[in-house]
Amino acid sequence: MSVPFYVSPEQVMKDKADFARKGIARGRAVVVVACTDGIVFASENASRALHKISEIYDRVAFAAVGKYNEFENLRVAGVRYADLRGYSYDRDDVTARGLANAYAQTLGTIFTTESKPYEVELVVAEVGATPEQDQVYRLTYDGSVADEHGYVAMGGSAEQITAHLAEHWQPGMDLPAALRLAVQALGSDAAAAAAGSGPRAISADQLEVAVLERARTRRTFRRLGAPALADLLGTGGDGDADGGAGEGAAAPGPDTPPEPPA
Amino acid sequence: MSQDPSGRLPAAFLVPGSSSFTDFVRDHAPEVLPGARRLPAAGTGALTGGPGAGQPPHATTIVAIVCADGVVMAGDRRATAGNVIAQRDIEKVFPADDHSCVGIAGTAGLAIEMVRLFQVELEHFEKLEGALMSFEGKANRLSAMIRGNLGLAMQGLAVVPVFAGYDLAEGRGRIVSYDVTGGRYEEVDHHAVGSGSVFARGALKKLFRPGLSGQEAVRVAVEALWDAADDDSATGGPDLLRRIWPVVAHVTADGFRRLGEDELASVVQDVVAGRTGNPGGNPLAGTQQSTAQQSTTQQGGARA
Repeated sequence: MSVPFYVSPEQVMKDKADFARKGIARGRAVVVVACTDGIVFASENASRALHKISEIYDRVAFAAVGKYNEFENLRVAGVRYADLRGYSYDRDDVTARGLANAYAQTLGTIFTTESKPYEVELVVAEVGATPEQDQVYRLTYDGSVADEHGYVAMGGSAEQITAHLAEHWQPGMDLPAALRLAVQALGSDAAAAAAGSGPRAISADQLEVAVLERARTRRTFRRLGAPALADLLGTGGDGDADGGAGEGAAAPGPDTPPEPPA
Repeated sequence: MSQDPSGRLPAAFLVPGSSSFTDFVRDHAPEVLPGARRLPAAGTGALTGGPGAGQPPHATTIVAIVCADGVVMAGDRRATAGNVIAQRDIEKVFPADDHSCVGIAGTAGLAIEMVRLFQVELEHFEKLEGALMSFEGKANRLSAMIRGNLGLAMQGLAVVPVFAGYDLAEGRGRIVSYDVTGGRYEEVDHHAVGSGSVFARGALKKLFRPGLSGQEAVRVAVEALWDAADDDSATGGPDLLRRIWPVVAHVTADGFRRLGEDELASVVQDVVAGRTGNPGGNPLAGTQQSTAQQSTTQQGGARA
């Protein structure tokens, strides 16, 4: 029987972090862009059923990249956390901050105690009454939390996409402008950079897009299906992402759920 | 609700399993569920003193009507405790989700808590599964909740809801009634529950016809509630002094909509006008008069 090798804690943590980072970078990216009308989540995802973006509560949503079974597990836990809290306290007592803390503790514990860390990166976002009150938290595999402002990109080609967002994002964008920026950013990944021909075009049916709409009451989360997306993106081609002004207020698409009763 | 001291999500949250909120809470935090409480033995004196003492508030009449584009549900606004009016503006018709509503009769406190749990149950399922629960599924979940209350019901704290909604799969409005044991019965055309339901049902039988428009069904519902209030002391009629109208919900393929105050005010005023000098609302008492009223009802929304 051989004596196990001594491995320093630094090495263990570094190996785990490298492992998790590699897993996360393999998947497709998710971008989160704040705008005057709310918070936009977009991802390139051909699946109609396996979502990367999900509703957690009235004003809180969740987006994730990485291993599906792991972030799905966290998403379910988040919905349970929010619903239990909202039921035993009040709907207003469910906040993104509370949920982000719970996720951070959970991911941190898993990272240090389990032999395999979760290969996930999450965003927990809450839409406020005004853009200044929006909260966007980004959580990484080791449980660290970053409070983000304006935009976040995570997953594969996150660096290139973040660079594009940093260059083009500005406060005061409306929903169509933010959406166009998000889709352009998703198209400006490493593959597009290698080809050197500008952002790839991504068709509406390859996108998973959802919005936390500031103006809605109660449940503000709304998925945008392909027809509504094509509408908002102005596939007819009326201007580019950094043009700012779009076709004004978002026209409710055919898959818009009815306004929930107050 | 138990919280892990380290602040991380408790292990139970991360266990894959049921999409039911109630099942999850029963395992994890049973103390927050309505059925988890033990009643004190009778006569411990917790509820003594004052008129209506010893009796928790009781919610009364709800009517539901199938109309051409969905269902209409209406509830009066009175809660009673014995011979006392406990509340004159209680709300007893609630949205269950976007395409259904639930009206409650029975012990108000327990019923409102049950509705709250039911709402979370439906929303929780929708979020976890990424799909809407079927109409049958919703009706069965409510049935299970009522069955969970059977112990209290046997001690006199019964809750009897009526569930109605637009069935997206079948493309029509549906009504489901329950008994205290959780028995579930689909109703055809219309139904009423609560203390005034006997009188309301009589009115519904006479006023209902298949294919009523939403607006006509609202009028029929308000008429039926009027008849219930006329003969049942626990059912409140429209309160013209305080401008308290019944709560009326209209559920269609487009979703749940609660009628606005102004919209209802014109309907109620038309009903009151129609009953003046004709308290039974006999439709044969003045055929020309009733058609004249019909047309004012049609314009009601715009005028308000």
